[in-house]
Amino acid sequence: MHEMGIVIHLAKTLDQTAEEEKLKAIGKVVLQVGEVSGIMTDLFTDAWDYFKVRHPVLKDSELVLETIPAVTYCDSCKSTYETVKYGKECPHCHSGETWLIQGNECVIKEIEAE
Amino acid sequence: MKIIKLGLGVTSSNDRDADALRDIMRSKGSLLINLMSSPGSGKTTLLSGVINDMRDLRIAVLEADIESDVDAVKIESLGAKAVQVHTGGMCHMDAGMTTEAVRAIDEECDIMFLENVGNLICPAEYDTGAGLNVMILSVTEGDDKPLKYPLMFEKSDALVISKTDALDYFDFDIDKCTERVRKLNGNIRIFPLSAKTGNGMKPFENWLREKLDEWKTK
Ligand SMILES: Nc1nc2c(ncn2[C@@H]2O[C@H](COP(=O)(O)OP(=O)(O)OP(=O)(O)O)[C@@H](O)[C@H]2O)c(=O)[nH]1
Ligand SMILES: [Mg+2]
Ligand SMILES: [Zn+2]
Repeated sequence: MHEMGIVIHLAKTLDQTAEEEKLKAIGKVVLQVGEVSGIMTDLFTDAWDYFKVRHPVLKDSELVLETIPAVTYCDSCKSTYETVKYGKECPHCHSGETWLIQGNECVIKEIEAE
Repeated sequence: MKIIKLGLGVTSSNDRDADALRDIMRSKGSLLINLMSSPGSGKTTLLSGVINDMRDLRIAVLEADIESDVDAVKIESLGAKAVQVHTGGMCHMDAGMTTEAVRAIDEECDIMFLENVGNLICPAEYDTGAGLNVMILSVTEGDDKPLKYPLMFEKSDALVISKTDALDYFDFDIDKCTERVRKLNGNIRIFPLSAKTGNGMKPFENWLREKLDEWKTK
């Protein structure tokens, strides 16, 4: 499952950060998740709550997800448009020579910690 | 409580593991090559051809499969060392899993191939620690894949366009595909070939030798 893989890496990344910054506990974890990253947000927070208890620093943490809108670039008319609304075909020139430039990412923006 | 700005990718712990594995492989003088593609694109058949043609090199294969071990059995029947890695339902290999698999191979070798899980999305998001990333796209899959799955094309050092013996039956346009791929990745090497007939295998194998030499001397 895709979500579980990300959860495992997120926990490991935060553990390392905690060690480096000498943090005792991490509270809010703000994640920026691309609209078309394929991450199911409900599944993701459930997986997190299930998994976090295994890590002492993370056991009281809480995931806060922010969405990054997906944007597609059209190579034919060099314009950009909203991916979710129009899909693969450029709404300006109807070309299919398009690709995603933003909206696929998953970034840890900031954490609250002590 | 204080706020700490991070701006880190969620998988950044994986990036560190991957760099550590690259250091280990470099000190051993073996080149790890990550093979990525959809299921059934011809990874095992390509590897079988490479193993047969390059008998002077010591080659090992890490087979990542969610369940079975048929690919590992096939590779071992050719006389190469193979390790089966069960990914436990995971849709990709990460650097930690790859490091464990590499440890399971105790003999020295020149090239170690990782046959990643068949999937065009997730494997591209995780650095495995490989020194080279190679993607396979078979002509049966269509030349529009660079548009649909750009990330894997961006991350790969080479693209093998496989099953070219079947070109007559599919409307796969190699020039169009090449053009689309080059827009995403200007440095990528592209090798159209058929592992079945052997056509086009030589340039790919020569490139592997070149990269192995670079890896060992750098
Ligand atoms: N015509 C033709 N068929 C091929 C070629 N290479 C592989 N095949 C066929 O494609 C099918 C899948 O090949 P594999 O080598 O098992 O592909 P794979 O990518 O390892 O498959 P998975 O590990 O299951 O994802 C088999 O039936 C092969 O015989 C080729 O060059 N030409
Ligand atoms: Mg296979
Ligand atoms: Zn357009």
